[in-house]
Amino acid sequence: MLVHPQIDDYKIIGYYTGKVIIGIGWLMMLPLFTSLLFAEWNTCIDFLIGISSCLIVGYVFLLTCYTQKDLNWAQGMVVASFSWILAMLLGAIPYWLSGHFKYYIDACFDLMSGSTTTGLFLLQDLDHVPMGLNMWRHELTFIGGQGMVVVALTFLVRGSAGAYKMYAGEAKEERLLPNVIETARTIWTISLIYLFIGTIALWGAGMFQGMSVVRALFHGLWLFMGAWSTGGFAPQSQNILYYHSLIIELLTLIIFVLGSLNFALHYAIWTGNRREIYKNIEVISFAITISITFILTVVGLMRLGVYPTVMAFFRKSFYQVISGHTTTGNMTIYARQFIREWGSVAMLGTSIAMAIGASACSTGGGFKNLRMGIITKAMFHDIKRLVSPETQVLLQKFHHIKDVILEDKHIRSAMLIVLTYILLYLLGTVAGMLYGYSFSEALFESVSAGSNTGLSCGVTSADMHLGLKLVYIFEMWSGRLEFMSVFALLGFITAIFRGK
Amino acid sequence: MINIISGSAYALSSVELIEKSKEYDQQIVSYRGEVVGEVMKRGSFVWINVNDGLNAIGIWSAVSLVKEIKFGGSYKYRGERVEVTGVLNRACPQHGGDLDIHAEKIEIFKTGHEIYHPVNRSRLNLAAILSALSFILIGLNIYLKKKRIPAE
Repeated sequence: MLVHPQIDDYKIIGYYTGKVIIGIGWLMMLPLFTSLLFAEWNTCIDFLIGISSCLIVGYVFLLTCYTQKDLNWAQGMVVASFSWILAMLLGAIPYWLSGHFKYYIDACFDLMSGSTTTGLFLLQDLDHVPMGLNMWRHELTFIGGQGMVVVALTFLVRGSAGAYKMYAGEAKEERLLPNVIETARTIWTISLIYLFIGTIALWGAGMFQGMSVVRALFHGLWLFMGAWSTGGFAPQSQNILYYHSLIIELLTLIIFVLGSLNFALHYAIWTGNRREIYKNIEVISFAITISITFILTVVGLMRLGVYPTVMAFFRKSFYQVISGHTTTGNMTIYARQFIREWGSVAMLGTSIAMAIGASACSTGGGFKNLRMGIITKAMFHDIKRLVSPETQVLLQKFHHIKDVILEDKHIRSAMLIVLTYILLYLLGTVAGMLYGYSFSEALFESVSAGSNTGLSCGVTSADMHLGLKLVYIFEMWSGRLEFMSVFALLGFITAIFRGK
Repeated sequence: MINIISGSAYALSSVELIEKSKEYDQQIVSYRGEVVGEVMKRGSFVWINVNDGLNAIGIWSAVSLVKEIKFGGSYKYRGERVEVTGVLNRACPQHGGDLDIHAEKIEIFKTGHEIYHPVNRSRLNLAAILSALSFILIGLNIYLKKKRIPAE
């Protein structure tokens, strides 16, 4: 029976949503300062409007919904999903005001794409956007990779049991440390240290490849943000192809592989547990699935004789497959080359890589390596059980930071999420086909959106039908949150109208 | 098939070059667009990227061919509009499989310039009003927080 929400429910959800929106407003200070630095006065004004809008909405929520009560599970989930929608609508304001978007929905699409670290974009004339706007695009992916709720937890929410419920609502469950606020701050510490090292490396590489000092610095920062967050944004329209640089490709590849790893794994290695790299089920699963999908892609490309040299194979096929499997979306080929040159087998290999995705509690999307590992172990365990004597008791374990006995609840949970992802991909594929795209194109783009990858075969464009834009926005949003908080929000809305 | 080199009537668009890259592979082609970003020097050669409004394509060129290029397109500048004549590589073996053009000739047909962005006054007024409103709300929130503390 659905229970009609009470005043307290609205207040609690409103109060914590307000905190997240205020956080989004303050985050726009960085692009504002960037625009000030480069004397981009109109962009400064656009961000002032954006910041003020977020603060007004956020503080109205805070003032009208003031409460000292803590969140329960359902409320935490609703806050996670609802705040992402509101953040999309408000965060898109500077985008829309920039004049680089045909429609407001396109600005919302890009906001959702950036904050979910997808990387598909509808922005027009990327090569002429202001520095401030590029800073906002890339900052969004960096924040989105950590999680907007994680940001709020780090800075705006003083410890509460409900804090964990919001954190989990954003599809993060790993507790690096006993306290979820400390966990959020540790995730930030890891990311910021890598940010410093990665930006310096890319800055140096950019200057070595002929870029000016200032441009190389900002491009280095943005490329790091895009790669680490597995968002795949880049400051120029050609993405990584703009640089024509093996060094930059290698650096971004290393960074996005690192970004796709579980934060708990990073923490384990940083605290001296280096053996975790070899024992962790996600790393093993990733190694196996990347090998299989890469081989499939290479077979497809070799049949068609697409690339003439080993280096070309590495820089094109390996880069794209790893970019897809880590759900990054950085590209070193043109989108249309997937369709015109790669062929259906190579595209299928890449689509499967994207669908599987990255590690749990990382910046990546997709099914997650952990679930693939659990499901595979479950299958082998069932086969072993079939061929073993009936009286034999078989225990299956998997190692994820610690040894865990594989139980039905793990398998059920993994299967449920994987099945929901498959349904999501199918939804987008059917929508794409209904709008006139071939099965290959529709599947590729739908999986890219739903797994928050961002590789495109050319379907995503400003001229795309409105319906398909809305479908992809839904895919990106629900894929990023891994459905539970989306269902919680839908349940909450249903309860408003039909609850007793 | 060899495309006639000179004359804008025969300049191919980036979409044609990408969609029909197999057809034009290793052919001399003509391509027009705006230089975007910056000229990236690599020894005695450079990379420039030329955007025709649809896509940008990488052009590998000798330094001597780009000496006149002063502006690369960005927020503040319109880059030089150039016509590039050179060999299209669908998957350049020299450059890791990039789709690129090895330039034999680069002609500037329109010079670049700074772009003037006048301040939008009505938007500035809106920003001022919204900022004032948000300051009021922040102040109110701080006031109410202080008021609540003794009561709690």
